[in-house]
Amino acid sequence: MTATTTSARSDLSELGRSETALRTFLHGLPGVDQVGAEQRAAQLSTRSIKTTAKAQAIDLAIRMVDLTTLEGADTPGKVRALAAKALRPDPADPSCPHVGAVCVYPAMVPYVAEVLRGSAVHLASVATAFPSGQAPLEIKLADTRAAVAAGADEIDMVINRGAFLAGRYKEVYDEIVATKEASGDAHLKVILETGELATYDNVRRASWLAMLAGGDFIKTSTGKVPVAATMPVTLVMLEAVRDFREATGRQVGVKPAGGIKTTKDAIKYLVMVNETVGPDWLDPDWFRFGASSLLNDLLMQRTKLTTGTYSGPDYFTLD
Amino acid sequence: MFEYAPAPESRSVVDLKPSYGLFIDGKFVDPADGGSFKSINPASEEVLAEIAEAGSEDVERAVRAARKAYDKVWGPMSGRDRAKYLYRIARLIQERSRELAVLESLDNGKPIRESRDVDLPLVAAHFFYYAGWADKLEHAGFGPRPQPIGVAAQVIPWNFPLLMLAWKIAPALAAGNTVVLKPAETTPLTALLFAEICQQAELPAGVVNILTGAGDTGRALVEHAGVDKVAFTGSTDVGRAIARSVAGTRKKLTLELGGKAANIVFDDAPIDQAVEGIVNGIFFNQGHVCCAGSRLLVQENVADRVLESLKRRMAQLRVGDPLDKNTDVGAINSAAQLERIRELSDAGSAEGAERWSPPCDLPDRGFWFAPTIFTGVTQAHRIAREEIFGPVLSVLTFRTPAEAVEKANNTPYGLSAGIWTDKGSRILWMADRLRAGVVWANTFNKFDPTSPFGGFKESGYGREGGRHGLEGYLNV
Repeated sequence: MTATTTSARSDLSELGRSETALRTFLHGLPGVDQVGAEQRAAQLSTRSIKTTAKAQAIDLAIRMVDLTTLEGADTPGKVRALAAKALRPDPADPSCPHVGAVCVYPAMVPYVAEVLRGSAVHLASVATAFPSGQAPLEIKLADTRAAVAAGADEIDMVINRGAFLAGRYKEVYDEIVATKEASGDAHLKVILETGELATYDNVRRASWLAMLAGGDFIKTSTGKVPVAATMPVTLVMLEAVRDFREATGRQVGVKPAGGIKTTKDAIKYLVMVNETVGPDWLDPDWFRFGASSLLNDLLMQRTKLTTGTYSGPDYFTLD
Repeated sequence: MFEYAPAPESRSVVDLKPSYGLFIDGKFVDPADGGSFKSINPASEEVLAEIAEAGSEDVERAVRAARKAYDKVWGPMSGRDRAKYLYRIARLIQERSRELAVLESLDNGKPIRESRDVDLPLVAAHFFYYAGWADKLEHAGFGPRPQPIGVAAQVIPWNFPLLMLAWKIAPALAAGNTVVLKPAETTPLTALLFAEICQQAELPAGVVNILTGAGDTGRALVEHAGVDKVAFTGSTDVGRAIARSVAGTRKKLTLELGGKAANIVFDDAPIDQAVEGIVNGIFFNQGHVCCAGSRLLVQENVADRVLESLKRRMAQLRVGDPLDKNTDVGAINSAAQLERIRELSDAGSAEGAERWSPPCDLPDRGFWFAPTIFTGVTQAHRIAREEIFGPVLSVLTFRTPAEAVEKANNTPYGLSAGIWTDKGSRILWMADRLRAGVVWANTFNKFDPTSPFGGFKESGYGREGGRHGLEGYLNV
């Protein structure tokens, strides 16, 4: 990682000015050995998290959930119910924490905002012509502004994968910078869509690109392509935020999204966060799960731990 | 903070007897002179069982039983039928793998994560692999009708007790030999459980004999005139003594001895994975690995960065109870080994190398040594030359590929080496020049029954594993 240690903070902020500088920097990052990264992720998956540690992990995971619905069939009624669940995931147990955020399409933001008003649950909206990002920049920015104006305090944007894969890094960079600006005070999560980037080297480069351009979070996936979040991809992204903070002093969050359905999976991710970047990221401000069905599994496991018995799915709300 | 609660693997799966006899001719028997010793749990110093100590009379009995089984049953048996027994043993090992893994961790001190995920799967894989060869020996490239040698005397070390047993017994039996095996005196228990598995598999009596004991037992065994083949894994000193004792006899000999492997990291390496490889190379199995990457050769222009990452990673290593499923580094196998590690580490400090260990609480009872690295090490330091056989890494730097090769080869040993670079052509260039039996590229400590393993120079001769591993057990 010579490129990062030798570069001072000011050097990195200049990188976005030229295509050549960006390319040189991104291609100078150390490679990722696929076999090794996957092996490390698999090894971390063998940790055994039991009893008190499990209880602690489940509550933390609930607080990290971005409870998500991103369907063409979403209606005001549907998203209101989801927002209600975000506030009180387990109506039977007031000690159960609320989730991190609700994540919806921009058109649904006003309805969710009504329900969440005054609460600590964040309101995230996807934007920038999610999920493909294949729209003119002006439209993507208008999409973003509309979501913020309607009450979103977190924006989940998609990067321009076409430009990234074609090697037009500056174009990707400029779009993120512009979206960041359009987001105003809202937190910007940058979706890399790692399933389409395919290689871990690309994931590492896209992670750095998103961070250099000002992203507050880097997020794996839209959940709309066949390959969503995986452990090794998230590992590479965690290494990137760790190295980025070391180089610049700025901390960036990570959000794996899509395909994380069970408590067991969520705990594996938390172990990986713990042993890769440490406790600084074990907080909903710095790590989130983009998920929907995960929450009910967390609630079922939580009830099992507190009562000693498994309750059937009928005891948990379907929203 | 996210503290992992204790996650102990249950001991109840293991049924330990208070004492164990010798396994001769298919039965557990008392030693002729009644001698015994104790096997302890190195993590707690608790006595696990009383173990019989075989004397020369017992060696005589065992070799005779092995000879009889060779002449009457195993030698004449078709390869296809031998394979049936080996497959049966392999399946029983899989079925009883949890029991074997727990027992291995109890007796050896290695973390259950490793005995469960590395040792036991490899043990079963070795038996499956060599079972497949038993009826195909004429296609192994050693002539049309390769013949077994006879009775094999096998002496194995304490670092991978059951895995080394598998490396020795599986190819010997597949090739049609019978064996007398002596496990190390600090780790005899899984070999004795393996003897029970042989009974369970109804392996003909005398094909496998297990003699427990220390150095005297081993010497009596390898020097016995009725032995046709000697296979030894252990220290270079003992290996030399064995080579002297079999010189001038008809005995065939294979030796797998010590190592001081270089793990070479170039500036274009995938750093995060290289750091994992360095950790796996030296802290796997507490560094009790003959092919451990005990010398880190790192290109000087990335040395600071690599060391910083390595220290951060080492701080995550969980040292403690071997039976806790989250333990990464277990107990040192014996007081004697701990003493040796301490002595060499102290020599490292005294000779001016800079010592570093992450903060870690070590248990009060048992034998423990914190993961340690020495920086500023040169080729002239003892810790760069002598095998420590513990969780101690010596870090040296180099400037050019040629210098890396020169330093890597500048050792009397030659068992293994590792290369970390993104450049494929450099891997091949290096591998051509490294005088080591195994060269790993962008990985370390990877084992597979299909892959031959063995040393150059004072790391021994002969190969174990793969087609090559049959050669030591065949008259070719």
